[in-house]
Amino acid sequence: MNIVALFKLVPDLVEELEIDQNGTALNTDFLRLIINEFDDHAIEQAILLKERSGARVSVLGPDIEGADDVLYTAASKGADQVIKLTGDFQGKANNHAMARAVASTLKELQADLILTGVQANTDLDGSMGALLAEYLDMPYVGYVSGVNTVDGKVVARKEYPGGLVAEMEIKLPAVLGIQAAEQPPRYVAVSKVRQAMKTATIEERPLAEADLSGGSTIHRMFKPEAGTRAEMIEGSADEVAARLVGIFKEIGVL
Amino acid sequence: MNQDIYVVIEHLRGQVADISYLMLVGARALAQTTGGEVIAVLLGHDAQGLANNMAANKVLYVDHPALAEFTSDAYQKTLAGLIREREPRAVLFASSSIGADVSGVLSARLNLPLISSCQSFSADGRPISQICGGKIMAESDLPDTTTLLTMIPGGYKPEEGQSGKAPEIIKMEAPSLDNLRVTLKQYIEPEAGDVDISKEPIIISVGRGIQNQDNIEIAEELAKALGGVVAASRPVVDQGWMSTSRLVGKSGKKVKPKIYLALGISGAPEHVEGMGESEVIIAINTDTNAPIFNVAKYGTTIDLFDLVPALTEKLREIKKA
Ligand SMILES: Cc1cc2nc3c(=O)[nH]c(=O)nc-3n(C[C@H](O)[C@H](O)[C@H](O)COP(=O)(O)OP(=O)(O)OC[C@H]3O[C@@H](n4cnc5c(N)ncnc54)[C@H](O)[C@@H]3O)c2cc1C
Repeated sequence: MNIVALFKLVPDLVEELEIDQNGTALNTDFLRLIINEFDDHAIEQAILLKERSGARVSVLGPDIEGADDVLYTAASKGADQVIKLTGDFQGKANNHAMARAVASTLKELQADLILTGVQANTDLDGSMGALLAEYLDMPYVGYVSGVNTVDGKVVARKEYPGGLVAEMEIKLPAVLGIQAAEQPPRYVAVSKVRQAMKTATIEERPLAEADLSGGSTIHRMFKPEAGTRAEMIEGSADEVAARLVGIFKEIGVL
Repeated sequence: MNQDIYVVIEHLRGQVADISYLMLVGARALAQTTGGEVIAVLLGHDAQGLANNMAANKVLYVDHPALAEFTSDAYQKTLAGLIREREPRAVLFASSSIGADVSGVLSARLNLPLISSCQSFSADGRPISQICGGKIMAESDLPDTTTLLTMIPGGYKPEEGQSGKAPEIIKMEAPSLDNLRVTLKQYIEPEAGDVDISKEPIIISVGRGIQNQDNIEIAEELAKALGGVVAASRPVVDQGWMSTSRLVGKSGKKVKPKIYLALGISGAPEHVEGMGESEVIIAINTDTNAPIFNVAKYGTTIDLFDLVPALTEKLREIKKA
């Protein structure tokens, strides 16, 4: 079975985000990109499936700064093939464009099961997985937190609010949007990643021309209005603790 | 294309989700700018009664045994035909386990634009989305064709989408729903857990800022001193540091305590969905720009590892006195 895990890189939300001069996009000059956390779970789920039932795992993502790191890390976790998609639209492309372009690469790879993060923090035109599934004419199930393969099918744990889970049976080939792997993404030592840098080869595949239709035009981008912002309590830990005690008393829980 | 706004009603096991009513309110706001009607779209089996309380001009109801429980394939097929045939101005889906399985696929299948994570509409009908974990808002142009949107909570009140009376219901023909690629095998009930956090008046909630499992103890100490319980954000639960029954948010429980003390939680929309209606939210987060401060009543940027022990100590002294 061929499993492909797809990732993208997104702004690290720990950093301060700036909006560009036109006021319609993020300022990417100093933007620090990291792997979309749910894609990291998708890679972990792919490796878990390989370990459990044997599979060939390919990991692929766009050729943006940070991609090599993700790919070598994936190789050190056990991915058999790591691929970088080269093209000129990089991080700017919307998910429709990306999904259309990636679809043709995925056909070449003859993927039976495609796993990708259920969403990414920059998604503005839906999530990759659902779009991709349709461009490949495969079924899609998202919000998945556990996958098992059983002859020609997968059984996925689909999450609903409140901890309710639906077990869905899905015919292969299929695309799943991963919310969480069955276990948290494993940690790999830097030395193992370094070793992968020597032994693994990152393949490059050119992406088809970007077709942006299906997205929308951003009229204005802004930070949430501060109108409702919290009353900030300043001072030392002791002073702040004292004020909080005061607040607890006002509310009547003390 | 007509000017009507369709709302795909989300329901699970006989319960209409709050977000469905909220979307009816959003649809009304959008319909006022387009001049069309608000039309609820209900898919199910023997589920017509679910429409009884909807603030919509009409309900389009499709009944079929294959629609009794949600599966992506059956919903996609049914809605694809309906949208293609009736060409509304916009179709609202919930940004949820159900809506997200359907909206993206339909966008690709019908070649229609999709705008996701929409929280509200501007006065001139532009969708405003919340992205980057709640740190950025994006106002999009509404494309000149039938547009699909997914909605997140926060912009409208579900109660306002409830009319108390049944709107006109129009029954629609279901398409052939054979050979589905996705089928529901079974539901697995959530674990009950030792406490029901949705009923607790005082919640101390820990996020990724707590760093590791051992550190959760300081939150437990604080909870004990204040007489509350400990809950968590998703990464803490995904790490296995706390049980799923303590999860607050979109995939966990909705809580409404008197006090919600958030320790090292950024305030991502999926978390806020579960705690935004708490009476008093107090946020402790070292990042001045953390979105949690936009929903909190009080906030402080002191390191939680300095503040929490000090606070616990003060509370203990008071108890002793
Ligand atoms: C479909 C879907 C459903 C989801 N459902 C849920 C859900 O039900 N519940 C949920 O919580 N999330 C949910 N999420 C995940 C959500 O998107 C966020 O990833 C998550 O809420 C982030 O958790 P966090 O705030 O604990 O972590 P982070 O976003 O990493 O925030 C950690 C915060 O801690 C602060 N911090 C760090 N160190 C300290 C310190 N020493 N003192 C004080 N502050 C510190 C940082 O400044 C940061 O703001 C869902 C996501 C998806 C896609």
